[in-house]
Amino acid sequence: MPWIPKTADMPLLEVNNLRTSFHTNDGEVYAVNDLSFSVEKGETLGVVGESGSGKSQLVLSIINLLASNGQLQGSIRFQGQELVGMKPKEINRIRGNRIGMIFQDPMTCLNGYLTVARQMTEVLMHHQGLDYASAKKCSIEMLDAVHIPDAKNRIDRYPHEFSGGMRQRVMIAMALLCQPDLLIADEPSTALDVTVQAQIIQLMNELQQEFGMSIIMITHDLGVIAGISDNVMVMYGGRICEQAPVFELFDNPRHPYTLGLLQSVPRLDTAGSAKLHSIPGNPPNLLRLPPGCAFVDRCQKGIPVCDQKQPRLREISPEHRVACHLEELP
Amino acid sequence: MLRYSFRRLLGAIPTLLILMTLAFFMMRMAPGGPFDTEKSLPPEIQANLDKKYHLDEPLIQQYGRYLLDVVRGDFGPSFQYKDYSVNELIATGFPVSLRLGLSAIAIALVVGVGLGTIAALRQNSSADYTVMTLAMTGISIPNFVLAPILILVFAVYLGWLPAGGWNDGAFKNTILPIIGLALPQIAYISRLMRGSMIEVLRSNPIRTARAKGLPERVVILRHALKPALLPVVSFLGPATAAVITGSVVIEQIFGIPGLGRYFVQGALNRDYTLVMGVVVFYGILIILFNFIVDLVYAMLDPKVRYS
Repeated sequence: MPWIPKTADMPLLEVNNLRTSFHTNDGEVYAVNDLSFSVEKGETLGVVGESGSGKSQLVLSIINLLASNGQLQGSIRFQGQELVGMKPKEINRIRGNRIGMIFQDPMTCLNGYLTVARQMTEVLMHHQGLDYASAKKCSIEMLDAVHIPDAKNRIDRYPHEFSGGMRQRVMIAMALLCQPDLLIADEPSTALDVTVQAQIIQLMNELQQEFGMSIIMITHDLGVIAGISDNVMVMYGGRICEQAPVFELFDNPRHPYTLGLLQSVPRLDTAGSAKLHSIPGNPPNLLRLPPGCAFVDRCQKGIPVCDQKQPRLREISPEHRVACHLEELP
Repeated sequence: MLRYSFRRLLGAIPTLLILMTLAFFMMRMAPGGPFDTEKSLPPEIQANLDKKYHLDEPLIQQYGRYLLDVVRGDFGPSFQYKDYSVNELIATGFPVSLRLGLSAIAIALVVGVGLGTIAALRQNSSADYTVMTLAMTGISIPNFVLAPILILVFAVYLGWLPAGGWNDGAFKNTILPIIGLALPQIAYISRLMRGSMIEVLRSNPIRTARAKGLPERVVILRHALKPALLPVVSFLGPATAAVITGSVVIEQIFGIPGLGRYFVQGALNRDYTLVMGVVVFYGILIILFNFIVDLVYAMLDPKVRYS
């Protein structure tokens, strides 16, 4: 995995103090809390966290696809353009064109009432003004690129005539049609068989080399993260608890939550009888986040200050940021 | 496809047979007969009439005779409308009801789908509440209240349209009855459409379509409309069959020579053949329209394919 150094010029995506909240009958739910990070050109950022950590809402926030009761605060700059508060017409010029998006469940995310050809060509016809024939030609080429056999004939089929892995390939091809600068993948392999998962991750690696886009990869699978990311961001309770280059994170995890996640991965090289580690407790309720560290109830290394004060995200070595009070101890 | 259609229509025969049997014996179980009047007829005349219409035969023989007639496409003579066969009565009444019914359903479909979609897109806005309140009102006002109000407003006060009569099917005479037939259907369809559209708009494929940066118009018309229409299509099958066979109330109030009135008059007069005729005819239409619904489903949803 090539390590891409941060360049002096503007990052592709820059998120600052992003807050995403949902207005519900029970009160405000804070899914993303004061998040700041950036993605460089060609970089792959892995975002890990368990269900309810806010990772999916984070990416939906980026392309402004929140549910109607969702609210965005803060700043999201993509290629220098502010996306927060952008008019629907303008953001539609970026969605599907400069930012491609792949969703978790390929079985339900394609439109079952339209042929694959229709769903792919409409992207090119809308964003690039191609006519149907040339849009279809490009679409077939893209299906070839994601290794769908007999793409020329199968493009006229409906999604239900494809297997799960093939449908996810169609989704990927569709997201890449306009050769976006950023590809957002929300758990693209989670709903698939393990062998198919590996193929999809490998395919994404391959496509990134070919097209050179940046990727934000959301997953709860650390194996996937290790296989594809340059940088990793660990999310908990809607906040970043640790962010580091992938090797640094695996070699030198600092946050107790990251450590717990790494220990929870089943390994082949430990004694056969060893019990798999798990982090006790449940993720925090986003309706009532504690005043202190969100992880405090489940943390085995907690100190008194954890209950009272929220830990600050600090850079402990270049590119490695951690939000934990233990790091601030002398 | 052709084989599927053939099988489906063949499968309808037992349904029709059961329908005919039930209707035949229930009708005969009802007290009274077609020739009962205030003064009883002289026994000789009664016997002659019974003989002419085969009412003197055992019931099971009459039933067998009736089935054979129906297979030949003959619903028999009307007991009440002398000199008319049931076939003739249906042949004159049905085109009238069909024309009014089809117009009403077509209007209801377009307006109902449109209003329902608008309500869904502006969920919980004042437009949504207006449409839904109107729909609820439309469903709860019975047509014997609605029709006189229409007549009062458009015929009596404004004088724009005739208050009733058929006038050989002049366009002017059909407007009010069509509105009277269409309004309740508009109400049902818009409520159905709103519900299904809201559900579809929250679904994954729509999120994908939005993530592709398609304009809202394309998202709605190309991606959301088809799946959202399915419940409406299911509703339309039986609703069309019911509306094109005529509404008793609407045809009575507007004085229209349609099929609807035969349902009630036939039953009240114990006009056995007429009741049987309209029941079987209605049954055939219900089966036919449910079959059409299935075909439309296959057209809309590629996952439903018949072989």
